[in-house]
Amino acid sequence: MNLAEHAPPSYLADGVTLRSWLFTHDHKRIAILYALAITFFFFLGGVAAALMRLELATPAGDVMSAETYNKTFTFHGVVMVWFFLIPSIPNTLGNFLLPLMIGARDVAFPRLNLFSWYLYMAGGLFTIACLLLGGVDTGWTFYTPFSTMFSNSHVLLTVVGVFIVGFSSILTGLNFIVTIHTMRTEGMTWFRLPLFVWSMYGVSLVMMLATPVLAMTLALIAAERLFGVGIFDPALGGDPLLFQHFFWFYSHPAVYIMVLPSMGVVSELITASVRRRIFGYRFMVYSIIGIAVVGFLVWGHHMFVAGQSMYAGIVFSILSFVVAVPSAVKVFNWTATLYKGDIAFGAPMIYALGFVGLFMLGGLTGLFLAAVALDVNLTDTYFVVAHFHYIMVGGAVMAYLGGIHFWWPKITGRIYSEAWARFAAILMFLGFNLTFFPQFLAGAEGMPRRYHEYPAEFGLLNVLSSAGSVLLASAYLLPIGYFLWSLRHGERAGPDPWGAKGLEWETDSPPPTHNFTRPPQVDENGPYAYAPP
Amino acid sequence: MSFLPRASTFAGHLDAMFYTMVGLSAVVVLGVFITMLVFAVRFRRGRHVDRSGESHREMGIELAWTLVPFALFVGIFAWSIVLWVDMRTPPSDAATVYVVGKQWMWEFEHPGGQREIDTLHVASGQPVRLVMTSQDVIHDVFVPAFRVKQDVLPGRYTDLWFIPTRTGTYDLFCAEFCGTDHSRMRGTVVVETPADHARWLATHASASLAARGKLLFTRFGCAGCHDPVSAVHAPRLDGLYGSTVPLADGRQVVADERYLHDAIVLPASEVAAGYEPVMPSYKDRIGESDILALVAYLKIRGQDRETSHEPR
Repeated sequence: MNLAEHAPPSYLADGVTLRSWLFTHDHKRIAILYALAITFFFFLGGVAAALMRLELATPAGDVMSAETYNKTFTFHGVVMVWFFLIPSIPNTLGNFLLPLMIGARDVAFPRLNLFSWYLYMAGGLFTIACLLLGGVDTGWTFYTPFSTMFSNSHVLLTVVGVFIVGFSSILTGLNFIVTIHTMRTEGMTWFRLPLFVWSMYGVSLVMMLATPVLAMTLALIAAERLFGVGIFDPALGGDPLLFQHFFWFYSHPAVYIMVLPSMGVVSELITASVRRRIFGYRFMVYSIIGIAVVGFLVWGHHMFVAGQSMYAGIVFSILSFVVAVPSAVKVFNWTATLYKGDIAFGAPMIYALGFVGLFMLGGLTGLFLAAVALDVNLTDTYFVVAHFHYIMVGGAVMAYLGGIHFWWPKITGRIYSEAWARFAAILMFLGFNLTFFPQFLAGAEGMPRRYHEYPAEFGLLNVLSSAGSVLLASAYLLPIGYFLWSLRHGERAGPDPWGAKGLEWETDSPPPTHNFTRPPQVDENGPYAYAPP
Repeated sequence: MSFLPRASTFAGHLDAMFYTMVGLSAVVVLGVFITMLVFAVRFRRGRHVDRSGESHREMGIELAWTLVPFALFVGIFAWSIVLWVDMRTPPSDAATVYVVGKQWMWEFEHPGGQREIDTLHVASGQPVRLVMTSQDVIHDVFVPAFRVKQDVLPGRYTDLWFIPTRTGTYDLFCAEFCGTDHSRMRGTVVVETPADHARWLATHASASLAARGKLLFTRFGCAGCHDPVSAVHAPRLDGLYGSTVPLADGRQVVADERYLHDAIVLPASEVAAGYEPVMPSYKDRIGESDILALVAYLKIRGQDRETSHEPR
């Protein structure tokens, strides 16, 4: 008897019209919609980055005007933070995998999930409109009173775009929390959840609690800019530092919105490649929650030289060291997981190891910035730029791409070219380091960030950085090629091409619309029940 | 490869800490990297090696690598705080220079009335305290060779201090994004020997900042109310600077530069106890550099009669 004839169609085969995609309630299709949109924004932000590296290849401002340069780095920041990094893992991999991993047929609120995507697209349209009309030059941080009273660019349009996309985050967070609480399959207790699900839980909490503060702050900017209500501008009786407190109260937790999901992804990648239980599962869970909670208490480390008091500097410094502890624990646990493993070095593992290395360097340099006395010299220089790119691009983007490679067979049912994928991962690692490591040196030597022109002594370091960006850009383009190739020519994957554990590998690749033909059950072996070899 | 000079007393201490942390980081990175490499080779797929057994000391291992980093972090924190408190505490004998940032230039005013644009002359070995404000958006004074940086805000005074140790000229950058020509808002700090600096001050002296402030005090009609013989009931200003002022709302504030500045532009916010809030705001009528001159004048007003308090 042929089972396949009675099997439900895969989610990809279940309707092929545009309508069946744009009005879908299937979390997997919504994940694909997000993936297409954020890929578009990633390359848009990448073009802005390439233009900046082109300008900075020489000390003089010879490629574009200062005003255009300022608009370029602002656009790069706004697009990469709100339209790529924040939605990247949660809205694509999270949407696709969360219900599969807990054995559910969908998220708790499928219509709300689709609505979140439309909100994201609406926010994106405002941002693109702003670009087409001439851009905005405040930096992604919108510091007042420059943004409210002095900038002559399209601040309001951008602020509205970010305001809208913020609600997309909030609703996604809400949806995930309810899904995890109410839709776990039989036997899926809290401490049997895969770490990726835990990271989605942590990140959803942060999205729901922090993003409203951003929305409020942006609304206040609009009020001051439109109606001259004195909130942030001292000339109107306001306080510019108040803005920075509000902004970083959101934007520091937002850093964890970007990096927590990547930690979850990497835990899955490593355990599957090593075929071994994660070392210290409970400590990995506690560290996710610890980061999510303490992450709310460290915003003032962005303001050590902004004019806050000496004592505030001391308090925020020690809290920033505290939040680094759980991250260190995670790095040690990933390393320990390799011990006595059965280690394969496929593309996902190369991405995961690349993540651990780059994240570690980003984290360690974060300690330099948490040490308030050192921060005085280093803040607002390229040292900070390099530091957060190690976390955001070296960390979050590497993990995102590693995750895409790992779950690609599940998402599409096809296998890509392993050789090309490894080559791209290694090229990306090298290109990344060549781009951003020189920026640590430039920053330690005192090169300020957001400089269109710079003194000639920083020339060599910037040439290296620009050269690295060419490698990095090529490495980002490669996957488009071999992924598209695999869609047509790739081998069929089968349910579990990696020999990985986890409920998502128990169903077909690609999964049917409602994920499982019968609800899966989970036993006491937990999420990483790899048999000893 | 470093080309950044150490030109202040902070630079050596901060660099020592910086390079210590570079060393510690290198140890951690190498440790993790070598461990990974050993595991990766030893336990690679297809190699026959004993993989049996689970660790029974998980709890101890986890606690160890939670607590050891934390203890290390506390040590680094303590070291940095010692330096930080020093960096935030100017000595009482520091020479004050007033700084006004505006899109996109720096204005420096010495107490002797010497005014400079985008260049600051200081003497080596002498502590200098910069008292800074902005005419428009947020700027930031950053002198990498001194390892000092401080945002310059509109509507309030911030300060930083340093002791230059090496003569020479050093870059001064604006380090807070302030609009179109942010990257051109650069200046130079000229560190001279004390003798050269004294000569420079003498040749560039004009009416002192306080003398200019005294003229402004008259021109803006401040004396009309604040003169002791005035009919208006207004606070007397002799010897005010550095004293403690009881406010109408019950608080007490020290009459420092910030207080004097705010009393001129936002007189209603901190009304001295016993006085009616009748003073008009001079917010849009006096530029920041003139306010600095007025503050400089208020700081010395009454000193010839009351020498009781020390200028900071």
